Amino acid sequence: MTNAILAADAVVKSFGPTKALDGASMSVRPGEVVAVMGPSGSGKSTLLHCLAGIIKPDRGRVIYDGRDLGAMPDVPRSALRRTEFGFVFQFGQLVPELTCVENVALPLRLGGRKRRDAEAKAREWLTRLEVDDVAPKRPGEVSGGQGQRVAVARALVTAPKVIFADEPTGALDSLNGEHVMRLLTEAAKESGAAVILVTHEARVAAYSDREVVVRDGRTREVAFA
Amino acid sequence: MSVGHTLLGLLEHGPRHGYDLKRAYDEHFGQDRPLHYGQVYATLSRLLKNGLIEESGVEQGGGPDRKRYAVTAEGVTDVERWLSTPEKPALYLQSTLYTKVVIALMSARDAEDVLDSQRAAHLDTMRELTARKARGDLSDQLICDHALFHLEADLRWLELTAARLTELRKQVRP
Ligand SMILES: Nc1ncnc2c1ncn2[C@@H]1O[C@H](COP(=O)(O)OP(=O)(O)O)[C@@H](O)[C@H]1O
Ligand SMILES: [Mg+2]
Repeated sequence: MTNAILAADAVVKSFGPTKALDGASMSVRPGEVVAVMGPSGSGKSTLLHCLAGIIKPDRGRVIYDGRDLGAMPDVPRSALRRTEFGFVFQFGQLVPELTCVENVALPLRLGGRKRRDAEAKAREWLTRLEVDDVAPKRPGEVSGGQGQRVAVARALVTAPKVIFADEPTGALDSLNGEHVMRLLTEAAKESGAAVILVTHEARVAAYSDREVVVRDGRTREVAFA
Repeated sequence: MSVGHTLLGLLEHGPRHGYDLKRAYDEHFGQDRPLHYGQVYATLSRLLKNGLIEESGVEQGGGPDRKRYAVTAEGVTDVERWLSTPEKPALYLQSTLYTKVVIALMSARDAEDVLDSQRAAHLDTMRELTARKARGDLSDQLICDHALFHLEADLRWLELTAARLTELRKQVRP
């Protein structure tokens, strides 16, 4: 696909005898929200990890902004992950010892930003995600829905080019899940970030612009008229 | 949607003109399809004939537009019966899809394509509903959610069927 910011091309990945991906291809354009759907165990998370440069494919290529992630040495590849990518997982991503505002500020602090500056930016994002009131609390003291919105704020705070979200509403009830999805997709659109949204739930996928279906490690990308 | 029962329900708040009824109906329930005047007056004349409503005064000026209608005791009973009788769960879509899948398998066509294009169409509708929900008020949200949950149920069936295609192929083409 032309103008893709990130693309996987015929990616194969095995874990021991298990072929998790068996020729998966997909691409995302800047600012686009793409849902990766499919049954449990079909290879969705493995595909997301390959796209994010967390694991290397056995075969095939992952191209980010013209660069082959598989051919990149570890150091620049993890620097790229820190500066250009944002991550939201199902749970367990916030540091329990830090307050919510410190959690959101963390990626900026790791990038060398001053504390005051980083926390001011973090507060803006907490406000944008309608959870400014939890700023001084620790993750253990907030609800699941609030925690996920803090996680979304943390994923967006560095103004990444691509957000990777793996079942971001998987641990939430429908009402909270919808709220997180609405805020995540709106905030990503506003900041121009692309989103790769792994989900097995159609109502969550309905927040995307387009879907890719994974079955038995293979993608079926549906072309739209 | 039973327009007759809905109009009776609206008349339970007090007598109204046909025009007021149409406006109230459109405001609460007409997002997808506002009522035509013809439909309002045809429904009112049927309700009148069946004794479920009665005329309740005509204003100066005359003409059919100026008639007011009130619900009768029989009309109230009818609304109660309607509200307490569950709707027949709609199963027709699944059976059409099932037929398409079986026909595709019988003729050695790609049944997965049938399922995939249906899923794409369902998801597109779900995207429209989701966008409408984000713009709408609470009643829009509730109405869209109802449709979304139904479409989601269809999609789960499509996924399950996709996972069972090999098995089903053996049955229809032994
Ligand atoms: N680290 C791993 N070690 C061994 N097997 C794995 C690992 N990660 C994934 N798998 C296997 O690969 C397949 C695809 O897994 P995954 O990508 O997590 O699927 P999904 O996210 O669609 O549920 C599954 O059979 C899973 O058990
Ligand atoms: Mg997974």
